[in-house]
Amino acid sequence: MRESIIMKIHYGTALAAIALVAVHILIRLTQGFSESLQYESVIANYKFLPYAGMLEIILILLSIHGFNGLRVILLELKQGRAYEKAVSYGCVAAMIALITYGTRTIIMVNTGTG
Amino acid sequence: MAQIPIITEAAATTPSPKAITLRIARYNPQHDSAKKFMEFIIPYEKWTTVLEAILEVKKYFDHSVAVRYSCRQATCGSCGMIINGKPRLACFTKISELNSNVVTVEPMNNFPVIRDLAVKFERLFDTHHKVKPYLIRDDTEITTDSKEFLQSPEELEKYIQFSNCIKCGLCNSACPTMATDSSFVGPQALAQAYRYVADSRDKGKDTRLKIIDESHGIWRCHFAGSCSQVCPKGVDPAMGIQLLRGYMLGFRS
Repeated sequence: MRESIIMKIHYGTALAAIALVAVHILIRLTQGFSESLQYESVIANYKFLPYAGMLEIILILLSIHGFNGLRVILLELKQGRAYEKAVSYGCVAAMIALITYGTRTIIMVNTGTG
Repeated sequence: MAQIPIITEAAATTPSPKAITLRIARYNPQHDSAKKFMEFIIPYEKWTTVLEAILEVKKYFDHSVAVRYSCRQATCGSCGMIINGKPRLACFTKISELNSNVVTVEPMNNFPVIRDLAVKFERLFDTHHKVKPYLIRDDTEITTDSKEFLQSPEELEKYIQFSNCIKCGLCNSACPTMATDSSFVGPQALAQAYRYVADSRDKGKDTRLKIIDESHGIWRCHFAGSCSQVCPKGVDPAMGIQLLRGYMLGFRS
């Protein structure tokens, strides 16, 4: 993939994440901070599908943005064909792993297996 | 790198109000493990440049000091070096404007040192060449009869400051990304890419944008802006890079 396309995705995910995290914080402000982190509240949030969907989207956006940022930092740190390939594929793998793990949590809560 | 001061006989006397202590970095990568500094007391006038002071050292104290220079008028771009911590042209920097009794000269950062103040320019010229710094188009002014590639003053204004680049390498020396990323294209080449992309006579925009659109290309610029601060010719590479990004993000055409 061309670097300009990757960077467009990078900027796009940053902007979208800012908007959705703002919504997320506003929703959290409707409850007290400690109440918001209570077990029942957290489970209720995950079971409310529109909100759980938004959390899933935030997870995807931040994972893409974060791991691409990490890839860029690591590419600037050291150069070399094998190293750069390892960094790029490693970041994609870590991104997929993190998204999978977060998605698994939401699915487990909703299917009652968690 | 350890800096071991060496005081020469010339430095034994206290500087007079019209003299400075010139500290010159000495380093030969073939023999030395670290950079050392030699100090010389050099008299100066209001108009004396740092290059003239270095040449004074070569003439009267130590002819083995390695320095690259040619035109002495900020045109050839040969005498770039770090003067009192900042990349500058030695021929374009007057001692009196430095407001210091001690003037320290070192080789440019981000360039391999040949010896003392002389550095290798291969990487700069390679990246400069890589962005195709010439007009790309099928027809030519030379072979086509009575044809001129006319340009309006507004079209000229878009790139004219970037054509002032003298390839001195000061922008690359000041660039923080160049310090860590040995494959980065660099502000000099990117500014030149913009110079030709913005030229209304040029038809090679897509080719050039493709060249700089790689993992160590234009996107690695952090917009520190130090390249623009040190340019002795008033070129603003940081702005050129942002304008180039505008082309790549679709804000400009």
